[in-house]
Amino acid sequence: MKALSKRNLMILGGLLLFYAAVQVLIITGILNPFYEITLATICINIILAVSLNLVTGFTGQFSLGHAGFMSIGAYVGAIINMQMNSMTGFLAGIFAGALAAAVVGILIGIPTLRLKGDYLAIATLGMAEIIRVVFLNLEITNGAAGLNGIPRFTNWTWLFLFTAAAVILINNFIRSSQGRACISIREDEIAAESMGINTTKYKVMAFAVGAFFAGIAGALYSSYFYFLKPGLFGFLKSIDILVIVVLGGMGSVTGSVIAAVLLALITTFLQAFTEIRMILYAALLVIIMIFRPKGIMGTKEITDMFRFRFGNKEERLQ
Amino acid sequence: MDQFIQQMVNGISLGSIYALIALGYTMVYGIIKLINFAHGDVYMIGAYIGFAATTYAQLGFFPALIISMASCAVLGMVIERVAYKPLRASTRIAVLITAIGMSLLLEYVMMFFVGAEVRSYPKLLSSETFHLGNVVINMQQIYIVATAIALMILLQFIVHKTKTGKAMRAVSIDQDAAQLMGIKVDNTISFTFAVGSAFAGAAGVLVGIYYNSIDPLMGIMPGLKAFIAAVFGGIGNIPGAMIGGVTIGIMETLVSGYGNSMYRDAVVFAFLIIILILKPSGLLGKNIREKV
Repeated sequence: MKALSKRNLMILGGLLLFYAAVQVLIITGILNPFYEITLATICINIILAVSLNLVTGFTGQFSLGHAGFMSIGAYVGAIINMQMNSMTGFLAGIFAGALAAAVVGILIGIPTLRLKGDYLAIATLGMAEIIRVVFLNLEITNGAAGLNGIPRFTNWTWLFLFTAAAVILINNFIRSSQGRACISIREDEIAAESMGINTTKYKVMAFAVGAFFAGIAGALYSSYFYFLKPGLFGFLKSIDILVIVVLGGMGSVTGSVIAAVLLALITTFLQAFTEIRMILYAALLVIIMIFRPKGIMGTKEITDMFRFRFGNKEERLQ
Repeated sequence: MDQFIQQMVNGISLGSIYALIALGYTMVYGIIKLINFAHGDVYMIGAYIGFAATTYAQLGFFPALIISMASCAVLGMVIERVAYKPLRASTRIAVLITAIGMSLLLEYVMMFFVGAEVRSYPKLLSSETFHLGNVVINMQQIYIVATAIALMILLQFIVHKTKTGKAMRAVSIDQDAAQLMGIKVDNTISFTFAVGSAFAGAAGVLVGIYYNSIDPLMGIMPGLKAFIAAVFGGIGNIPGAMIGGVTIGIMETLVSGYGNSMYRDAVVFAFLIIILILKPSGLLGKNIREKV
């Protein structure tokens, strides 16, 4: 496919239009600071959900430790940003945080990804707990009290840029030959292996890419909300991300995006009732699994629905 | 040396509580291959029922224990019927996600009704202490270990000497074959949930007495640790769960006693990852070869 095909240009145009529209709303004050927080939450959750979807939905490796990678990105980003209080520091923090998360993802992935299904889930959960306990005890992270006064550089422009980049890059990864190898592992690991796919390599790769973007999300989070403490990244945070992926559909990037928006809106409306929100989340998980286990989108993408109408003739023939 | 023995005593009493919870995990996993995440929350609800029975109804230790076990048994069966039974033909991941959802549901429904604050348990057992040299054992620890041992003997009896127990073992080996032999699989699974949840309820009351405080999220950590205990012992294996529970209990008290108690949870999870990598079938579990 050409880089500047009609479809790609349309997507680019749509993104720019959306960015400009929201920017205008913010500047004119129609979107007040309260809703801006919701907007930031949506963007961060989209990055988290899409990256977890790569690991859980597309590669079929059930991970309950995504918040752990997010916390690594958040802490590394925050510490660098506090040392270098400038735009360079902010960007360096994001990339260092993402890289650190990816490296930890590789280190943890190599031994644990040999496990399957529920064992892997428990091992990743344990790993996220270990990361949390380490942050709780380190000097540089200020223990349970957490870091305060992280300079704020994250704004709508950066959020939009990173979210769009994350979604597009992960989408392209899934459509590459590596991505297809990952999907084949989800479908049948033994069959994939017998077709000559190095399953460990691709599982670790998906895990590292997922961790990398979770790290970016964490760094954006720390720079937007000024404040970090290890308690923010517990088991419940991982479940929060998982709910988005499951609701959107495991194996659908656009599904994750839709679910992230939907759940953030619900959360905003139920701001005052934390308990009811959690009851709703939990009931949602059980009900989706019983009545519609594939989530809103299943493994389909929104773009699949438009392909017939907008796709050119060649694409249709393929 | 005295300190070491003291830590062992504390570890064994904590470990017997873990063992009681681990039994429920291991039985349920043995029979339907599900990590019942909601199990830790059944234990939490057991603690609250015990609290209500002793505080509002002014009952003693044994009646409270029995009421809590009976209510948890019913709760366990209801959870199985409502959440897990419709999913028996689904993928393992789907059931696991349901179990996580069920766990959160119990936690927050409970928080909605009783509030998030920590409540202190009434003093049910005398806190009389015995001194053996420099080692201190208190009455509560004796009760905990004795109750745990009694329940485990009861469980061994149920599983190995009764007809229902035989059905449980048959279903765990081969569900379809068991059904063909005329075993009511659904009832057997319900019974397994009932027994496992009753044990969790008992553990809840014992923990309430031992630590003197309960809250709606108290089930998460002990639940996970009990699961680790079950994995360590070999999941699906009843004696394994007991050994695993006591081992995790002792490990935890030793880390708190000699090392840094802040690292207690991390050490237990690191231990889990090491077992899963080195011997995923656990101490007493059997290796199962994967077939296409």
